[in-house]
Amino acid sequence: MAALDRVKVLVLGDSGVGKSSLVHLLCHNQVLGNPSWTVGCSVDVRIHDYKEGTPEEKTYYIELWDVGGSVGSATSVKSTRAVFYNSLNGIILVHDLTNKKSSQNLYRWTLEALNRDVAPTGVLVTNGDYDREQFADNQIPLLVIGTKLDQIPETKRNEVLTRTAFLAEDFNAEEINLDCTNPRYLAAGSSNAVKLSRFFDKVIEKRYFLRDGSQIPGFSERKRFGGGTLKSLHYD
Amino acid sequence: MRRRHVLRHSPHPYQGRGAASRPRPAPSPLPGPARCSQRREDGAGSGAAAGGGAGSAMSFLIDSAIMVTSQVLFFGFGWLFFMRKLFKDYEVRQYVVQVIFSVTFAFSCTMFELIIFEILGVLNSSSRYFHWKLNLCVILLILVFMVPFYIGYFVVSNIRLLHRQKLLFACVLWLTFMYFFWKLGDPFPILSPKHGILSIEQLISRVGVIGVTLMALLSGFGAVNCPYTYMSYFLRNVTDADILALERRLLQTMDMIVSKKKRIAVAHRTMFQRGEVHNKPTGFWGMIKSVTTSVAGSENLSLIQQEVDALEELSQQLFLETADLHATKERIEYSKTFQGKYFNFLGYFFSIYCVWKIFMATINIVFDRVGKTDPVTRGIEITVNYLGIQFDVKFWSQHISFILVGIIIVTSIRGLLITLTKFFYAISSSKSSNVIVLLLAQIMGMYFVSSVLLIRMSMPLEYRTIITEVLGELQFNFYHRWFDVIFLVSALSSILFLYLAHKQAPEKHMAL
Repeated sequence: MAALDRVKVLVLGDSGVGKSSLVHLLCHNQVLGNPSWTVGCSVDVRIHDYKEGTPEEKTYYIELWDVGGSVGSATSVKSTRAVFYNSLNGIILVHDLTNKKSSQNLYRWTLEALNRDVAPTGVLVTNGDYDREQFADNQIPLLVIGTKLDQIPETKRNEVLTRTAFLAEDFNAEEINLDCTNPRYLAAGSSNAVKLSRFFDKVIEKRYFLRDGSQIPGFSERKRFGGGTLKSLHYD
Repeated sequence: MRRRHVLRHSPHPYQGRGAASRPRPAPSPLPGPARCSQRREDGAGSGAAAGGGAGSAMSFLIDSAIMVTSQVLFFGFGWLFFMRKLFKDYEVRQYVVQVIFSVTFAFSCTMFELIIFEILGVLNSSSRYFHWKLNLCVILLILVFMVPFYIGYFVVSNIRLLHRQKLLFACVLWLTFMYFFWKLGDPFPILSPKHGILSIEQLISRVGVIGVTLMALLSGFGAVNCPYTYMSYFLRNVTDADILALERRLLQTMDMIVSKKKRIAVAHRTMFQRGEVHNKPTGFWGMIKSVTTSVAGSENLSLIQQEVDALEELSQQLFLETADLHATKERIEYSKTFQGKYFNFLGYFFSIYCVWKIFMATINIVFDRVGKTDPVTRGIEITVNYLGIQFDVKFWSQHISFILVGIIIVTSIRGLLITLTKFFYAISSSKSSNVIVLLLAQIMGMYFVSSVLLIRMSMPLEYRTIITEVLGELQFNFYHRWFDVIFLVSALSSILFLYLAHKQAPEKHMAL
């Protein structure tokens, strides 16, 4: 099979929210049998059909980089993690629906990942507070996924879902709430599967296609476009 | 003796002030503090002019009020510490845990507070004694009954199987704990056989053994680790080029993992599309079938999967090494600052102190020596007798012991809390956080109780008696000996461990 093009998507979130289970579910359509602590970064690959069902269908590799750790780590650990944030094309933010703090920490995770990414233009956002305006022109697509949905009792579900809807709005992102030990949440044709597919399509579009629909040539000649074209490409 | 001679020459500051007209009370075993407290009692009970009974009841109430306020303050502090530091990444769903932790902390701190009050002579001595007893009973109740029971309860709640009869299994666990706890007392010569089964001495002696072991372990490791981390002599030289090279290796390994996983994914997809769904063989016939018909690509795939596993382990190693290098680089930069230089100097000082402590522990064990006098009295004796400096022994001995004991208490509380927090961050997860916090509360309680046992050694004779009175006839000397042994073992094994770790790291580093 000819080599496919690739995009890199980071999976971020606090320890213990279920990122490894989620990544395993996304890539193998199976539940992870023995979850254990992720040391450093673990990568997995999903093959995605861009614009499935249309004549322009094309297959891509989606690399899911699951970076472990705590958002409040020492600076040395953060700078070690920063090596994985190079050239990313999308971010999946994972939080635990039973733990409010993990949802609050998502802001800090986003800051950490995106601060690193702005480096090529030389402007580092040093203010630690999350300000929606700062990231208004953020071109990297985000997706918010809430895990452990099965552990929320029916009575509290509405309250939790309202809260997560606000969260997703803050990030200007879609949200999916599921239970990583149950593959039926991402069954083909369900609304969650559609949202996921749309997210991956958006990531591929931002990476490989210009706004007017014409395709960017496969590899690194992006710098030639850097000067005269739309600002959507400046994050390379 | 010499000391009394000195006393007569310099007038005692508390003499001759407002108490001259009253008849002197009979000489009590606690000369200093009793006199001070007498004075204070006279001042406080001035409102209740009608006889000693009402006066002492009033002062008892005031003392109790002071104690209760301070306990509430400590409880609040423990609560805040729990919320802000320990559980800052988790949500507190079971408030019982937070309450237990804060209560343990509050009562432990109250014990230290009572020691300080003892030295300073605050509060009435009988109310102090009463509060000591009360405090001790409550703490033992918590450490032996409540916390272990709740630990068992939360452990059982984590196991799905035993969900139905949580209470029953929690009680079973608690009974097992009590059995082993009781058995702990057998090999140690800590009690005289005349004590009853359910006396305070029985419980305290066992709690003391566990606590003293913990203290000695932490102390030994801390004494060695402290100079090792402070001194920049041990810092390996790390350049930016090293870090970049290692990072490049890490990314290369990640790329290799990704490309192999892509091959596996593509192979699975083609097999799926061709209709050869590669399931795990189920049932008897499935297994027979899988033996005879081997899918062509599957051996290849399992080989690649093994390579991927090996590469993933390598990537984890590389990641940890890179994190280590970053941390070392940060420490090197810190050591160049003013603060860093100060800590470096402290490190040299602490290493001398550490060597001296190890030496003293060895001497104590070899010569079976137990110090009879505390450092304060010793120091004063030396200055008075050998250096000939005359000063008011009583006054200074009180204040110096207060400062010394205060420093010991504060540093041990702070050190323990910091260690517990680090430990908690390292090993807790969202499932086990409750159990671990309760374990930490247990450790903290036992640590503080045995600190009280050992602090007795650092206090002058007149202040020791209350601890001896309250805690009963424990073999205090045994605890000191035990502390020395475990301290020595812990310090020597830490030295060995750090030496090996230090030697191993540059070799790994050089293998680039």
